[in-house]
Amino acid sequence: MAPQATPETQPYWDGLKEGKLMIQRNKATGKAYFPPRPFDPSDPWAEVEWFQASGKGTLLSYVINHRPPPGFDGPTAIAVVQLAEGVKMATNIVDCPQTPEALQLDMALELAPTKVNDEITLPTWRPAKGA
Amino acid sequence: MPTPGKVAIVGAAEMVSPLGVFPEYSQLGLHAEAGIRAMKDAGLKPSDIDGVACAGASPTETAFYLGITPTYVDGTQVGGCSFMIHVRHAVAAIEAGLATTVLITHGESGKSGIGRGGYPMGARQSLNAQFEQWTGPTGPPSMFTIPVLHYLKKYNITQEQLAMVAVIQREYAAKNPNAMMKDPITVEDVLNSRMIAYPFRLLMCCLVTDGAGALILTSADRAKDFPTKPVYILGTGESVETPMVTQMEDFSSSRAFRVAGPTAFREAGIKHSDVDHLMIYDAFAHLPLYGLEDLGFVGPGEAAAFIGDGNTRPGGKLPLNTNGGGLSYTHSGMYGMYALQESVRQMRGTAPAQVPGAKISVSHGVGGMFAASGTVIMSNERP
Repeated sequence: MAPQATPETQPYWDGLKEGKLMIQRNKATGKAYFPPRPFDPSDPWAEVEWFQASGKGTLLSYVINHRPPPGFDGPTAIAVVQLAEGVKMATNIVDCPQTPEALQLDMALELAPTKVNDEITLPTWRPAKGA
Repeated sequence: MPTPGKVAIVGAAEMVSPLGVFPEYSQLGLHAEAGIRAMKDAGLKPSDIDGVACAGASPTETAFYLGITPTYVDGTQVGGCSFMIHVRHAVAAIEAGLATTVLITHGESGKSGIGRGGYPMGARQSLNAQFEQWTGPTGPPSMFTIPVLHYLKKYNITQEQLAMVAVIQREYAAKNPNAMMKDPITVEDVLNSRMIAYPFRLLMCCLVTDGAGALILTSADRAKDFPTKPVYILGTGESVETPMVTQMEDFSSSRAFRVAGPTAFREAGIKHSDVDHLMIYDAFAHLPLYGLEDLGFVGPGEAAAFIGDGNTRPGGKLPLNTNGGGLSYTHSGMYGMYALQESVRQMRGTAPAQVPGAKISVSHGVGGMFAASGTVIMSNERP
């Protein structure tokens, strides 16, 4: 089932519709946090801002689910990407065989969003080109 | 801080079948039957109980169904370690005078699915739905396991070593008439079993069963008047970290474990070398590794070798998961109650794989997928 935005996460999902990964950071420290919320959990009174993440990251960990739910085509990796900005997020790795051989830990990844419907584009990632 | 040994477990009962099912009970019925058996064990009636705690049913349902009029209720429901946390809260409540006699119940029609509530993750706007569920997990086997490849690589641990956790726990299950899986297994058996979510194979994953259990706690001063040997609570701990396993701060360590475990040790005023018996909630084979490290029994990355060297097997220096664990004994969904029950049996001297002369037992639970944690340290001697 596709996610649905809340008021707090709307800019994140709006950004993805345009192919941009919008996340938030503390304006004073520059430190990013995730998932989106209207305050920085390390300092709830600090000013925060949305910014476009670089779309660069590395493969932190994953499993390959051999019993995926309906809508997934065969064994599918559920992965976590470590973003260059320091936060991490769950994702699927597209344009890549879903095998331990192809999915090497710490490999470079880049953002490659997947449109689901007019409201939701998912932040999927793929192996970085030229990596 | 609670005083070590001021509160004791005076009633305990467990419902576990080697068949893994109780088709004649609903989930609420399992709560109630376990509660009734614990009351019988303690020689108490519902009118003697003034505190109720449970997860998997609401304390309102359980109190109503059992005819209890409580002055203290605890509906903490943070997954399988909820019962460890219920013990912790009951200790505080009894010490503070909120209740004299607390009944903690667990009942779960995890296999048969009779009268069971839904899995609360469906809402499309939840944090889980927006930031995790869309990636396609199929329940805990493909979620709780996500951090493990990172852990294995970081500490250079092999899948064979991970498999060894299941192999050794089966040695205990073989001694336990109520265990669902008793036949010996080898590392090869584990690594040849069906792939569920790479790198996790079937025999690295917990069973799916029905089951129930209940505990009764009261002040240690009253405990000597009960029919069974009191089991004193020395210390407890609790914490939570994240509803999403993919947002754990550190994929090689659980923050909730690192808070709950040391809190319990501090309260109990004991050292790791004082521990005779250990339970670490094992929904999957990696949990005992994280638990041994995060509770400080071994250093980071050392748990697999510690287990592989035989320290936790029958006759080893730190017997671990002596009922066979969630991997081989039973696992109805929220396993924490069964870990507590085995600790109580070990302290009463009635466990099928009894650790000779055991005086201190640690029972450590996880809730959700590294979401929560609770730790209880017990002893059969009042400090």
